[in-house]
Amino acid sequence: MTEGLTDDQKTFADSLDRLLTDTLPFARRQAAVATPGGFDEDVWRQLVELGCMAAAFPEEHGGLGGGPEELMIIGEKFGRHLVTGPFLASVVLGGHAVLFADSDAWKARVLPGVAGGTKKLALAWVERQARHDLHDVATSVRAANGRWVLSGRKDVVPGGAQADVIVVSARASGDRRDRDGIVLVAVPADAPGVVRLDERAHDGNRVSTILLDGVEVDETQLLTTPDRGLAVLERVIDHAIAYVCADAAGSMWQVFETTLEYLKTRQQFDRTLGSFQALQHRLVDLYIDCELSWSMVLDATQALDTPQRRHAVSSAKVAVGESARRVAEEGVQLHGGIGMTMDVPVGHHLKRAVVMNASFGDADHHLGLLASSPVSRESNHV
Amino acid sequence: MCAFYLPGGGVSEDIEQFREEVRVFIREALPDDLRRKVRREHAGFTPADTSRWMRILHERGWSCPSWPVEHGGPGWSFEQQYVFERELALNDAPHVSVFSAGMVGPALIEFGTEDQKERFLPGLANGDIILCQGYSEPDAGSDLASLKCRADRDGDDYVINGSKIWTSDATWANWMFGLFRTDSSGRKQHGITLLLVDMATPGISVHPIPTFEGGEELNQVFFENVRVPGANRLGPEHEGWSIGKYILSLERFGSAEVSRTMAMLDRVREIAAREPLRDGYLIDDADFSKKLVRAGIALRQVELTERRLLFAADDLGAEASLLKIKGTEVQQQVISLMVEALGPYGQLDPEDMSARDNAPLPDAAHHAGKVCFNLRKSTIWGGSSEVLRNIIARSVLELRS
Repeated sequence: MTEGLTDDQKTFADSLDRLLTDTLPFARRQAAVATPGGFDEDVWRQLVELGCMAAAFPEEHGGLGGGPEELMIIGEKFGRHLVTGPFLASVVLGGHAVLFADSDAWKARVLPGVAGGTKKLALAWVERQARHDLHDVATSVRAANGRWVLSGRKDVVPGGAQADVIVVSARASGDRRDRDGIVLVAVPADAPGVVRLDERAHDGNRVSTILLDGVEVDETQLLTTPDRGLAVLERVIDHAIAYVCADAAGSMWQVFETTLEYLKTRQQFDRTLGSFQALQHRLVDLYIDCELSWSMVLDATQALDTPQRRHAVSSAKVAVGESARRVAEEGVQLHGGIGMTMDVPVGHHLKRAVVMNASFGDADHHLGLLASSPVSRESNHV
Repeated sequence: MCAFYLPGGGVSEDIEQFREEVRVFIREALPDDLRRKVRREHAGFTPADTSRWMRILHERGWSCPSWPVEHGGPGWSFEQQYVFERELALNDAPHVSVFSAGMVGPALIEFGTEDQKERFLPGLANGDIILCQGYSEPDAGSDLASLKCRADRDGDDYVINGSKIWTSDATWANWMFGLFRTDSSGRKQHGITLLLVDMATPGISVHPIPTFEGGEELNQVFFENVRVPGANRLGPEHEGWSIGKYILSLERFGSAEVSRTMAMLDRVREIAAREPLRDGYLIDDADFSKKLVRAGIALRQVELTERRLLFAADDLGAEASLLKIKGTEVQQQVISLMVEALGPYGQLDPEDMSARDNAPLPDAAHHAGKVCFNLRKSTIWGGSSEVLRNIIARSVLELRS
């Protein structure tokens, strides 16, 4: 899993893995999920100390100067250890939205805090009618008397419950499904008119519905111009997809390895289950899924800042998403009855895979994006 | 992540220049009739065609991409070999001879005597030698090590009696590389010897086995007191199993056939862009284009994994088996998609159609169905997908039966 990484990156990956092994055994993870916030504050502080929040941000914003590869390393480990908490929400989504947008003032204002673990952000982009389309934005931001007014509703906002500032996609002009006219707006979570309803996702994380009822913002809170909002949003979401693919791949490897170990020890019919060829072949297929998915993760990660970004990211989302779900389902099946129990991780990996598939566009959505892109119509070898 | 960025991705300037050089060469050197056959998914493509192409490549010094310079190869880097193979496929050129350039040549270079290298390498490189592989037997298929075809010592010679089966292209071949039983006293992997057999030797008879799609590549080969000089033994007596396996492992490097499947998928797109549907073309259909994308993603996974495993690891073990399992699976998926793209014309047998001037479809498209049937072989030969899963289970997952 560390092929091609620098020595520093390998050290970071090892340290992170050790930290999670030591501090977040499964029982403690389950206890954390049961708390109101859904994650372990103490472990979170240690993750901050290790540099997880800072890893992917430029040094000028208080980061450690890494990038997509660091996000990939973190995702893989978090997936393995079923880590909950607003990392995806704050660092990958909210943080990168600010980073990729155009407001130097907001970068200076929030990014050092995100990187240092004192601030949390979120990104609110999902709307009921939009399904997975990023450009379908009904939430509006309109100028009125020198101020701007933000109105609408955003659903399944990761980390909304913890966020100090929520970055909201909103329509400044044009029709609901126009690609132009979308801006990103930074909204303090406690601004008047912001109402939050928290819910629980299958993976133990908290997501929120955010009601924006005539929230007044000023021009400095607009992080992009109307011609830039969608491009920034797409770039952020693609980073998030690469990240959740790494997370899913880590989860898959974990399921594969634990299932393999279990079948090597579990005795039935006077022999280990792993000695049955029918089960061996299914384990081999899990292994193959893991290897193939990891290739897609690497590809998506390295493509993030290249012209191949969209193609690589959507391809990875389809392939890894479907594999993650298949591997986790097989993991449950091969575990047998014990796989159905609350106290064994495998079912929780399945829940994580289901959340991953429902987020950022499902396979069908990304197949559609790929099918309509010129690259796909002409050739496969991009 | 430097190790992952470069390999085969075509980033460096040198490799792009090399790629262009290969493209120009193919454009100028590839005969039209060979190009046509390749575009028909190799329907009607024979070992004689491969030989011809090997001769053309040989003149340029490119017929054996993996060979070192001192043995007549181009001395290419791994990356150059990778790009070369890709460009051949994407430009409708035949592959180099897998047996000659990819398997037996490298095995001779690794294990052969000086005399054997002198006798065989030039002919392998220029296409004069056409090989067939004598591995499988009627009672030794997946369980190859249980082979029984005997090669008994008689002075300096071996005398072969028995039979080999599923021997591709045996009617064309002038040499066979085969595994023969020289000792049956120990464990079955012991006592196997690899011999190079001149197919013109008295006592050899070749019986074609027609395949269900109408192909004529498979054969059964019978040996009756076939005398082979000891000088044609590759490697030590009784130790042929490891060399035979080494040769098979070389096959598995390219057996994912990623490049060929890429070219096939391109041709499916071409067909879909031409087949009428409603007011437009098949390619405009959301469902069909998603199937195309799906196949492309499946192929991309194999491609990237192949790149990753081939370039990252110094030695590729049983992991290579996964490339063959998935590569052949995707290839079958793509060729089936090609047949589907033909719509009602997907039912037509090419034998009658291609000769007719007023055939409803262009010549190349007709062969999809036949090739689709033919390619069912790819998950069976060279280690069936089930045997390969056994290998992964044992070597990678360390499972015991």
